[in-house]
Amino acid sequence: MDPAALADCLKTTSCVVTQVTSGLIIGMLLFLVAAGLTLIFGVLKVVNFTHGSFYMLGAYLALSVYKITDSFTLAVVCAGAGVALFGLVFERLFMSRVYGSNVLMQLLVCYAFILMMDDAIKLIWGAEFKSMGMPAAFQRPPILLAGGVIPAFYLFLIVIALAIGAVLWLVIARTRIGKVVRAAAHNPTMTSALGINTGLIYGAVFAAGGMLAGLAGALAAPVRSMAPGMGVSILIESFIVTVIGGMGSIGGALAGSLLIGLIRSFGSIGFPLFTEGIMFLFMAMVLVIKPSGLFGKDI
Amino acid sequence: MKRRGFAFDLGIATAVLVVLVILPILFPSKALIDFAIRVAAFGIFASSLNILVGYTGLVSFGHGMFFASGAYAFGLLMQKAGTSIPTAFLLTVLISAALAVVVGAICVRLKEIYFAFLTLAFQMLLHSLIISWQQLTGGDQGLMGGIPRPPFLGIDLSDQSQLYLFACATLVISLLLMRHLMQSPFGYTLRMIRDNAERAQYIGIRVWRMRLAAFVLAGTFASIGGIIMSLLMSGAYPEFAYWTISGEAIFMLMLGGTSAFLGPTVGTMMLLLLNDVITKFTEYYGLTLGVVILLFALVFRKGVADFVVEEWRRRFGENQA
Repeated sequence: MDPAALADCLKTTSCVVTQVTSGLIIGMLLFLVAAGLTLIFGVLKVVNFTHGSFYMLGAYLALSVYKITDSFTLAVVCAGAGVALFGLVFERLFMSRVYGSNVLMQLLVCYAFILMMDDAIKLIWGAEFKSMGMPAAFQRPPILLAGGVIPAFYLFLIVIALAIGAVLWLVIARTRIGKVVRAAAHNPTMTSALGINTGLIYGAVFAAGGMLAGLAGALAAPVRSMAPGMGVSILIESFIVTVIGGMGSIGGALAGSLLIGLIRSFGSIGFPLFTEGIMFLFMAMVLVIKPSGLFGKDI
Repeated sequence: MKRRGFAFDLGIATAVLVVLVILPILFPSKALIDFAIRVAAFGIFASSLNILVGYTGLVSFGHGMFFASGAYAFGLLMQKAGTSIPTAFLLTVLISAALAVVVGAICVRLKEIYFAFLTLAFQMLLHSLIISWQQLTGGDQGLMGGIPRPPFLGIDLSDQSQLYLFACATLVISLLLMRHLMQSPFGYTLRMIRDNAERAQYIGIRVWRMRLAAFVLAGTFASIGGIIMSLLMSGAYPEFAYWTISGEAIFMLMLGGTSAFLGPTVGTMMLLLLNDVITKFTEYYGLTLGVVILLFALVFRKGVADFVVEEWRRRFGENQA
């Protein structure tokens, strides 16, 4: 615990700027993962505990594509598409079999996949830490703002994540596809009675959620090292985010992600060992006061 | 069907205890003794979770919190306060019960998935507390330096074979107590709340209070599992409070089955055995265990003990019809 260091940081603008930026990129990456998680929960009413493993898969796919083609854009696109496909198969072949049964069964199926995917990654890519390295396009001097240092890649990350979030919101709120998805979330029986293939929608939503996690993994690849088992911490954090923001609310996921990002970046100065504790404390408080989350509909 | 009473359970418990006492004489193996003590610790832990999951219908993701509170409270009492083992045991159980009252009072009001999340949050809060309160708990290193195990009443728990007997006796007594509670009117009230909480409320049962009672009971017994574990490891580690331990307990329930009382204990034995066998034969632990879990979740859809009980009922139920 070192609250003095935190107070010192808050006094200087350069430190505040640096920490806010790092909080923002943690938050925006988290938002992409959490948005997928909350989307899946909102429509299918299941918690996808394999979501962290989707993120991991995205990062590793991006690494391989980048190594082969040397193109970061292609790496991100392939990771998104690859994980989307994986999500679709996972939902159709496995998760769809346990919708009717209790939460425990869904949890077990997910748990099995978390274990298997970690091992599969170990088999294919090896157990040691890997890193992608910064793509050439972003190897340029950082931007200086009020004494704080902002790497160019961070800016790119924040912008691209916001753009993906905006597209997601537009699709759900403003298109016909979005309308059908919302209908299926609201009343699946009625929706299927109207001749809409809800199974297909469920699969597509899972694929979209997987794509978001895969994109996040790929976008994070240049700034984070990867290892099998890396999905767990991101799963737990995005889980906290969705509970705080409200399960099923994309806006809530954004607010929650930014909050957790800032807690993480400032907490690492003030109380490095208890940042996770603060996050869970926050989650517990929200659950006690408003179980449906800050932006969730009341239950 | 005729209801068998407490005397019947007591008879079975005594018989099992006798077998457990004879076992190491027939097969004197250190590995077996070590395995049995772990089964005792996790068997109590998993069975206590089943009070919530199987009997009350509350799925807790944070039950490991009480396993950890048992291990840490006991270890700290022995290390810092230098109490005798029975005193530390009793105090630990009381501390864990108090913790369960506080946490339970906040958690049991919430419905289903939110209850699961909140219990998980509390467990991880305890985990963070253990990690960050280094002076007291040793942080991520765990409670180091060994837990003193002074002899009491002529029992010396630093001797592995005496610890084995102590663990077996604790397991059997705890299971018997839990069994008795679950067969009591209180236990049937819990089942009713699980099946239809609204109806229970209408006939005058205070659902909230009953759920809290179940939560405290489960937490208290879980801490006994933690005590045995800390005695075996001669220490306590933050992993005891990590969410994976609750995940493992849930998997033990599913392996063994939630409908039979001994299901969780059977599941515990299976999972621990599976762990040992898998790590011995392959380095791909996750892949193998993952396939086994999928088999249970998607193909069998119930635990081993559930099958046994169903088969038993099918055979002997028909005789009476």
